[in-house]
Amino acid sequence: MLKGTSQTDSEDLLVEKQYFTFAEPPEKMVLESGARLGPVTIAYETYGTLSPARDNAILVAHAFSGDSHVAGKYAGDHEGVKPGWWDSVVGPGKGLDTNKYFIICSNILGSCMGSTGPASINPASGNPYGLEFPMVTIGDMVNAQRKLMEHLGVDKLHSVVGGSVGGMQVLEWCVRYPEMVKSAIPLATTMRHSAMAIAFNEVARQAIMADPHWNKGNYYNTAAPHMGLAVARMVGHVTYLSDEAMRRKFGRRLQDKNDFGYDFGADFEVESYLRHQGSKFVQRFDANSLLYITKAADYYDLTLDSPGKTARDFSTTKAKFLVISYSSDWLYPTYQSKELVQALKRSGRDVSFCEIEADAGHDAFLLPDERLKNILRGFLDGVA
Amino acid sequence: MVSPETDKMRYDLQIIASWIDPGSSVLDLGCGIGVLLAWLTVNKNVHCTGIELDKDKVAQCIGKGLTVLQGDFNSEVDDYPDKSFDYIILSQTLQQVFEPARLLYSLARVGKKVIVSFPNFSHFSIRLQLLFYGLAPKSKQLPYSWYDTPNIRVITLNDFRKFARDVGYRIVKEVAINTHNHDYTGNIVRRLTNLRATYGIFIIEKENR
Repeated sequence: MLKGTSQTDSEDLLVEKQYFTFAEPPEKMVLESGARLGPVTIAYETYGTLSPARDNAILVAHAFSGDSHVAGKYAGDHEGVKPGWWDSVVGPGKGLDTNKYFIICSNILGSCMGSTGPASINPASGNPYGLEFPMVTIGDMVNAQRKLMEHLGVDKLHSVVGGSVGGMQVLEWCVRYPEMVKSAIPLATTMRHSAMAIAFNEVARQAIMADPHWNKGNYYNTAAPHMGLAVARMVGHVTYLSDEAMRRKFGRRLQDKNDFGYDFGADFEVESYLRHQGSKFVQRFDANSLLYITKAADYYDLTLDSPGKTARDFSTTKAKFLVISYSSDWLYPTYQSKELVQALKRSGRDVSFCEIEADAGHDAFLLPDERLKNILRGFLDGVA
Repeated sequence: MVSPETDKMRYDLQIIASWIDPGSSVLDLGCGIGVLLAWLTVNKNVHCTGIELDKDKVAQCIGKGLTVLQGDFNSEVDDYPDKSFDYIILSQTLQQVFEPARLLYSLARVGKKVIVSFPNFSHFSIRLQLLFYGLAPKSKQLPYSWYDTPNIRVITLNDFRKFARDVGYRIVKEVAINTHNHDYTGNIVRRLTNLRATYGIFIIEKENR
């Protein structure tokens, strides 16, 4: 019996980041682009206990800049360190109840939070991959997760849950491995990026590539393109918020001053906030990973294998779906979730849909919400 | 598991529930907090789907383990393939529908049978109000004033029978009822229904030609 972190009350959940390596050369992983990659390491964390029947596993797929640390704390964390990114949802008695379910969260392929990505060492050269790292897709990320499930002895998933780019992975799981997925919860996501979503990603990429420190992705032994990455994050943050949320949080308030500085310092609170988010982000994230992951998200189209290739739909999956959107999300607006619902209905799938009223924009799915908790609990209990 | 809480069910819903075959599939339009769906799931092993506009009610339904979609059923029903459901239920809503003929056409396509219930506008108390006071009638079933009512259609049992016949539906079954006690109890009206019943409930299906 696999044992992850098990807790009976709401005390701090203690977790450990673990690593699984596969595709050792010459048995490299074949990517959707046809390129081969190996070895591949996937960082992951588990919570709760896998039942003897192995039927209570739930995979949580994180969004583009996320990591495997979905909830709880690490043993070495100092006082005041924030818990995992979805601690309000994952834990004992929470929406994804770790007393009932065995929760798995792994870092996506191409990222920089423990899984193989452009910052990893290329065994062929002994140096970080940089742009030698092959392009990875949402399908490749899901294939790597599938390998991890095999390693953990999980061949049925009670549910696959994820928001944003995590939601794309959820959908891809249903289409790619229909026999494994009993239910799916895509939140604040889309079947394919709109031109606007691609546009913002392109601005973020250009900000990085315009930074002289980027040096065609080869910066691991020199100064990193922190300015470009910070600007990319600032653009991202604008798309994660909403007009309402920004008015509520910042308005036109000035930052630590009573009058304009009449210079290009950060006068407004919102400027100061974005600068802070940018400089915080460069401490933890790799610029090349941002390039690769945003491109994977832009390429993603559930309805097509790749442009001009096989059309796909939800006709093979038997999973029960719960689709959730947020009223003020303008990155993946509700109409895109409704298109997903429409496709599911046409395929005859069992689908529930709820738009949650929230002014926090795309980020709303990450915020604590009692409604979400009840919806998740009820839905997961109803999955046979 | 859907929680088997036995919320009090409206009398017309009790009758509708009694007509549903065990193990069948049902789409409930305007399902509210899912009282009928939960009852059918628990007691008749029915495969249920609901559509409801109110987000909080939808959240309550999903929280109970029911399959419910948030949206306007007038457009949501269009996405389903033909004959997706054994029954589609439109209870006490027809009088609020903007395009009833178009909606019923869609419902008869998506469902094998359509169950419709609505308040009867030719009940004698309504007739008397118009006759004696000359005012737009109000009743327990239709309690609004002319200027704030969501009930934009006035339908009588005879109207519905005629409508069904004219547009090509067969009435498989019908019952006229009177309800009491906040609609939770009632009785079946057998004679002079158009005059004496407060509600009509019909099962219709598309005529095979």
